[in-house]
Amino acid sequence: MRKGVRNWGPPLLLVSPTILILGIFVYGLIAANIQVSTTNRHSLSPQSEFVGLENYLALLSEDRFLHSLFNLVVFTVVFIAGTMLFGFIWAWMLDKGVNAEGMFRSVFLFPMAISFVASGVVWRWLLNSAEGDRASGLNRIFETLGLGFLQNAWWNEPIWGMAAIAMPAIWQLSGYVMALFLAGFRGIPQELREAARMDGASEWKLYRFVVFPQLSPIALSALIIVSHMSLKVFDLIMSVTGSIYQTEVPATYMWVTLTSNDYAKSATIATILLLLASLFIIPYLIQTWRSEKADR
Amino acid sequence: MRKRRLSLIAGAALAGLALAGCSPAGGSTDDGNANQVEVFTWWASGSEKVGLDALVSVFDEQNPDVDFTNAAVAGGAGSNAKAALASRLEANNPPDTFQAHAGAELTDYIEAGQLQDLSSFYEENGLNEALPPTLIDQLTSDGKIYSVPSNIHRANVTWVNVEVLESAGIDPNVAPADMDAWIDDLTELKDSGVETPLSLGTEWTQMQLFENVLIADLGAEGYTGLWDGTTAWDGPGVATAVDHYDQLLDFVNTDYAGLDWDAATQLVLDGNAGYNVMGDWAEAAFVQAGQTYGTEYTTWATPGTEGVFDFLADSFTLPEGAPHEAAAIDWLTTVSSAEGQKAFNIAKGSIPARTDAIASDYPAYQQTALKSFGEDTVVSSLAHGAAAASSWSADLSSAIGRFGVDRDGDALIAATVSAASSALG
Repeated sequence: MRKGVRNWGPPLLLVSPTILILGIFVYGLIAANIQVSTTNRHSLSPQSEFVGLENYLALLSEDRFLHSLFNLVVFTVVFIAGTMLFGFIWAWMLDKGVNAEGMFRSVFLFPMAISFVASGVVWRWLLNSAEGDRASGLNRIFETLGLGFLQNAWWNEPIWGMAAIAMPAIWQLSGYVMALFLAGFRGIPQELREAARMDGASEWKLYRFVVFPQLSPIALSALIIVSHMSLKVFDLIMSVTGSIYQTEVPATYMWVTLTSNDYAKSATIATILLLLASLFIIPYLIQTWRSEKADR
Repeated sequence: MRKRRLSLIAGAALAGLALAGCSPAGGSTDDGNANQVEVFTWWASGSEKVGLDALVSVFDEQNPDVDFTNAAVAGGAGSNAKAALASRLEANNPPDTFQAHAGAELTDYIEAGQLQDLSSFYEENGLNEALPPTLIDQLTSDGKIYSVPSNIHRANVTWVNVEVLESAGIDPNVAPADMDAWIDDLTELKDSGVETPLSLGTEWTQMQLFENVLIADLGAEGYTGLWDGTTAWDGPGVATAVDHYDQLLDFVNTDYAGLDWDAATQLVLDGNAGYNVMGDWAEAAFVQAGQTYGTEYTTWATPGTEGVFDFLADSFTLPEGAPHEAAAIDWLTTVSSAEGQKAFNIAKGSIPARTDAIASDYPAYQQTALKSFGEDTVVSSLAHGAAAASSWSADLSSAIGRFGVDRDGDALIAATVSAASSALG
C-alpha cells in the first residue's frame, strides 16, 4: 500500500497545480458561464432566476445573431481555403527544391510572429474602402498601377465583406500551414517516391497515390488548428473595423453584450461559441486518441 | 532519492500556488486611513488627463489633508474602464467615486443598488439652483439624483467648411431652417461637384447623426418622449426622421463605416466635405489645425434643432459602500464647485454645468455653447449614454449600423420598436 502511494503520489503531486488551475479557471468557469446563460441576468443587478433555454431560443431566432453567424461562416470558409491553398503551394514549391530555402521559409513564416492587433492596424489602412481621389492602401495601389477597375469597398461590401477581413488572417497563417505541410513532405521517405517512379507512375499519380495519402493526417491537424482559430476571431476584427454591425461575428457580439451589461446574453453567446469549437475539436481528439491507441 | 526530489519540487509548486492565492489584490489602498479618496475614471490621456490633473490640483487646495488616488483605466473610450468597474462593484469592492456618463447610462448601477442617492448633497451645496433646471430634470431618476456632472458637451453641432459652401454659392453663416431645407442645400452642394457634401464616420457617429435628425423632426419634447415611452417609435415622427436620415446617407462619403470621428471631421477640415455633425469636442481639431472660427469654419445647431441643446456629460457618483465616504463627498464638492468646474473645463475644452460660470473665462466656441446651454431646452444624447441604458443604445447602434448596409427603413423602425419594448419592459 505504502509502496503504491510512493509510486503514484509524487507524479500526482506534480501535476496537481495544473489540475487545480485548469479545474478552476477553465472548467469551473465554463460551468459558471453555462449557469449564467440559463438565467435572466440581463443587467448588473445580481438577482436572477432560472429560465432554462430561453436565452438560447431567443438568440437563435434573432436576425442579428444569425447575421453574425453568417459572417463567421464566410470568414471561416475563405480563411481555411486560403491558408490551406497557399500553405500547400508554398510547401510544395519548397519541397521541389529551391535556392535559399531557409530564407523563403522564414519569409513565409514571419507574419505569424506579428499579433493580429498589430497587423490589423496596418490592414485597416490597406483595406480602406475609399475610392478615387481619397483612396488609400490597396485601392490607391490599384489606382496608381492603372488598375482602377479593381478598386472595391473591401469589407464594406454588404454581403461578402467578411472575405476581405479573411485576407490578413490568410496572410498571417499560411506560413504556419506551410510549415506543417513541409514537415509532412519531409516525412515521406524518398524510397517510396523512387519506388513509384520505378514502377512508371506519372508525376500526378505519384502525388495522388503516394504523397497525398501520407499528408492527410497533417492536413487534418492544420484544418482543425486553423478552423478553431477562425471561430475565435475577435482581435483582428476589432482592430480592422471595430465592433460594428457589418463585420459582426459572435465573438464581437459577445463583447458588445458584455459591455452593455447583458450578462445572460453574452454567456449564451460564449456557450454557443464553445459548442461550435467543440464540433471541430472533439472529432479531432477522438481521432488522435484512436491512432495513439493503435500505435500502442 | 529521485522520487524524493520530485515530491519536493511538487510540494514547492503547490506552496507557491497557495501563496499566490493569499497575496492581496493589487492597487488596494491602506484602508485604515480615512483621509484618502480613490477616484475611478477613464481619463488617462490627452485633454481629459489634463482636465483631471487641473481638477485634482483644485481638490488638493481645498482639501490639503486628503490623499488623492488616481484609479484611471485607459483604453477603449471608457469600455475597458466600465468592464473593470463592473467586476469591482460585483465583488463589493467599489472605488470611493467613479466617473460615468450622466443620465440613463447610470440606470444599470441604480437598479443594481450600487449607487447612493445624492439629493441631499444637491440641497446642501445649492446645486438645484446652480444647475439649469432642464438639466436637473434629465439627471433625476424616480425623484432621486445619483451623480454630479463635471462637464457638459453638446452633440447637435454641425461643423461647416466656409470655403466649400461659398464656392457652391451657399451662405455658410445661415443655418437651414429644417431638415428639408438642409437636404436642398446638400443637393445643391453635390450638383456643384462636391463629392461628399456631408461627412460621416463609424457606427456611433451614425447614431449621433440619427439622433440629431430625430430631434429635428420630433422636437425636444417628442424626442425626450422616446426614452420614457410617451413617443411611439412606430409613429409618424420617427418614420419622417428615418426617411430624412435615409436621404442624408445619399450625401455621405462611401467609406464612412471605417472612419473614426476625427477622420470624418478631417474631411471638413481639409475641404473634402461641406458639413459634419459632431459633438463640440471637434472644436479642438479645428483649433489645432490653426483654423479660425467664423472665417475658415463655422458651426450651427444642426438644422431643425435650433433652441435645443443635445447634452452629454461626465459625472461622478457615490457608490454604495464607498470605503471613504466623507472624502468622496469632499471630491464631489470640488467637482461641483465653481472653481473646480472652471479649472476642469478650460483644460478639457468643454463647458461647466453650473449656470454661474463667467463666459469671458472661456474661448470663443465655448462662449457660444455656454450661452445656448443657459437658454436652450436641454435633451439627452443617445450616442453618449445620456438618453438610454447601455443595452438599449447598443441595440439601437446595431440597428442603425445595419440600416447603413441594407437601407431598409421598415426594418430599422421594427428594430427600434423591439429595442424600446425590451428596454422599457
